[in-house]
Amino acid sequence: MKTRTTIFKMLALLIGTAAVFSSCKPKGPADVAMGDAASKVYVAPGKYDEFYNIVSGGFNGQIAVYGIPSGRLFKILPVFSVFPESGYGYSEETKPMLNTSHGFVPWDDLHHIALSTTKGEHDGRWIFANGNNTPRVARVSFKSFRTEEILEIPNSGGNHSSPFITENTEYLVAGTRFSIPMDNKDVPISSYKENFKGSISFVKIDPVNGHMNIAFQLRTPGFNYDLSRAGKGPSHGWFFFSCYNTEQAYTLLEVNASQKDKDFIMAVNWKKAEEYIAQGKGKTEKVRYAHNTYDDKTHSATSKMENEVLVLDVSEFPDIVYFIPCAKSPHGCDVDPTGEYIVGSGKLAAMMPVFSFTKIQNAIANKDYEGDFNGIPVIKYEAALHGEVKKPGLGPLHTEFDEKGNAYTSMFVSSEIVKWNVKTLEILDRVPTYYSIGHLSVPGGPTAKPHGKYVIAYNKITKDRYLPTGPELSQSAQLYDISGDKMRLLLDFPTVGEPHYAEAIPASMITPTSTKIYKIEENEHQYAAKGEAQAKVERKGNEIHVYMTAIRSHLTPDNIEGVRLGDEVFFHVTNLEQDWDVPHGFAIKGAANAEILIMPGETQTLKWKPLTTGVVPFYCTDFCSALHQEMSGYIRISPAGSNTPLKFSTGKIEGQP
Amino acid sequence: MKRLILVATLLALFSCGQQQSTSTDASAPDEAVGGGQSTVQDNTSEPDVVHVAVGSPDHTTLVTALKGAEYVDVLSNAGPFTVFAPTNAAFDKLPAGTVEGLLKPESKDALRNILEYHVYVGVIKEDFIQDGMTLNQVNLDNVTLNKKDGKITVNGANVLGVVKASNGIVYIIDAVLLPPEKK
Repeated sequence: MKTRTTIFKMLALLIGTAAVFSSCKPKGPADVAMGDAASKVYVAPGKYDEFYNIVSGGFNGQIAVYGIPSGRLFKILPVFSVFPESGYGYSEETKPMLNTSHGFVPWDDLHHIALSTTKGEHDGRWIFANGNNTPRVARVSFKSFRTEEILEIPNSGGNHSSPFITENTEYLVAGTRFSIPMDNKDVPISSYKENFKGSISFVKIDPVNGHMNIAFQLRTPGFNYDLSRAGKGPSHGWFFFSCYNTEQAYTLLEVNASQKDKDFIMAVNWKKAEEYIAQGKGKTEKVRYAHNTYDDKTHSATSKMENEVLVLDVSEFPDIVYFIPCAKSPHGCDVDPTGEYIVGSGKLAAMMPVFSFTKIQNAIANKDYEGDFNGIPVIKYEAALHGEVKKPGLGPLHTEFDEKGNAYTSMFVSSEIVKWNVKTLEILDRVPTYYSIGHLSVPGGPTAKPHGKYVIAYNKITKDRYLPTGPELSQSAQLYDISGDKMRLLLDFPTVGEPHYAEAIPASMITPTSTKIYKIEENEHQYAAKGEAQAKVERKGNEIHVYMTAIRSHLTPDNIEGVRLGDEVFFHVTNLEQDWDVPHGFAIKGAANAEILIMPGETQTLKWKPLTTGVVPFYCTDFCSALHQEMSGYIRISPAGSNTPLKFSTGKIEGQP
Repeated sequence: MKRLILVATLLALFSCGQQQSTSTDASAPDEAVGGGQSTVQDNTSEPDVVHVAVGSPDHTTLVTALKGAEYVDVLSNAGPFTVFAPTNAAFDKLPAGTVEGLLKPESKDALRNILEYHVYVGVIKEDFIQDGMTLNQVNLDNVTLNKKDGKITVNGANVLGVVKASNGIVYIIDAVLLPPEKK
């Protein structure tokens, strides 16, 4: 027995030894001494974080809001996906937000964030986001942290290079990731070169209310449009897009779209395009796309189907678009705060070209072209080049900037952030990330006036960084201090969904205008009961409309009778509270959709179809007071055709006056 | 006792400092833990391209070179990679002193360039290989693949075997691939 135990111990030791062997094999980055890291990320109880971090959720179709430097999660904000927690996409008021030309699409793949800017600087008005799958863009209010508008993008195969915005938020762009045959044409896939086209939409943003409308689309050559950034300062009026698969492959892109040494950065003179549109040169095309808006007075969304779009084919207007060769399958295409430098990140290249806007302009003026692609001039690489960052690391993806003239590039394959000087192109520092970083964010990093201080890494691989939770792990973000010459890792924090791009903005720009309540007297919902006296139940054919109120700690009415099998019941619940952070919830047994949360002063509707006779309880789901458990009621369901009279009450006891 | 000595020896040989700390001592100094992805302890998953090389007695020179070039973590990442892995015998075919020269710290860039010439980002399975096909490698130079009568060569080097890995595929080859001279 003893011998057996010894053998087991020895085996365990040997296994342990093997593990140690594998762990010391690489001469990887050593443990990083941290010193005062804890105090740098510690936000004392009751104190606020310095920055909001607005983080895309990828395949969860949501945005998450974190505090920086603490990494604390404050809110999950549904955009393109239903959210049973609040009833978004389930309540009658919010369902139209997810309407598309394909019908109700309850999810999307939300990749990128763009915070509105004025003169290239954050202005704290709106958050824009893209739906990569069923092409859409969304606008979220920085006051209510709610999705106010979703616009579908027609003629698009997937909206990846989006929702990047111009200096004054004049336009937001939506470039198709996949080129497709336009007009739903039925053609062989092998006719890619002949039939497939790209499409870049310019969405005009109303400067007052933020409303989005497609001003025009550029019809572009058929390849993949990946990412983009608008020019700013001297390059305001231009937009830059990274393009891959200029091979125009349509199968096994892994191999066939990586054949050429160089793909393109596409430079677009959008002011020129605007001129052509103003001259009436756009062609109207018949399309179908949904435009959904949420009104915080009616507390309801409406969905409108649009059917036209203006198109400029760039092959007919040769001074709108220019190509610049850029090493191997560029991903990030980032413009520095001065607007002079454009960084192309060839994700398969061992160097990064940095282009100069001045040189691009000179090259165009001098027609310094190496040829053309489908009639579009291709500027000579050297003529546009400011210089190359040599051997920055492997798999450069994205670049953000600080206020001191430095750039920070994420390296997916070599799993690190590389800091370099934009002017001298000298590499200044590199830090490992754990593991395989995708996007990164410096507060104000894409703007003309970065706030600096931190860089946040959004990693794609977590593996052993946290306590294991089975095969599926949360994605890991990491916070680095960039205030000194060397970057310092301060904090790991888990994130929800799969963050792609994120932005961070000083909290001081957002907190003063944050919505606390909706004023009940401004509630224009058609089924609002703006006081208990207005609570009622109405029958319209087989629809039962319950005008219900909620206030601590009862629902009015809380007894409802006269509903029959075959009826559809609409609970229109108005929260009468006018007190910050006192939402009420509403749920009913057997609800096949969700519960709903109703903010103070708001009305939201849960539709319910009873399936059996009987008496069914309903109740408030959001703990609101000491008598929250008492906040409930009953609805009686009688057989179809019964003559149970329709009646409703609260506090009425049978037999008493 | 004899066994214990063996274990102790093994420990002494292989242990060069545990990188992962699991300290729960609240008074421990703030310390971030960070080895690259190659330090993840995982005996369940399929081996990645690095572990394939480490596990092969015929690839000790390649593994030494990968370590010298600090390229181990890179190849432990998600990839996916196609790696052409020259055997020890392949390295032995190089002129005497070549490997030793490349392993000197001042040759790190040259060594990396050569190693990167053996790596393609993407998985090229044997079935996908067509005669005369080129691959643009991580160092930005091309290699040419040939396939004649089912026999695969890369820049003329013979493929001796193919090993599938979790993050890619490894082609074992009988010669070291040397990048073309820069003009």
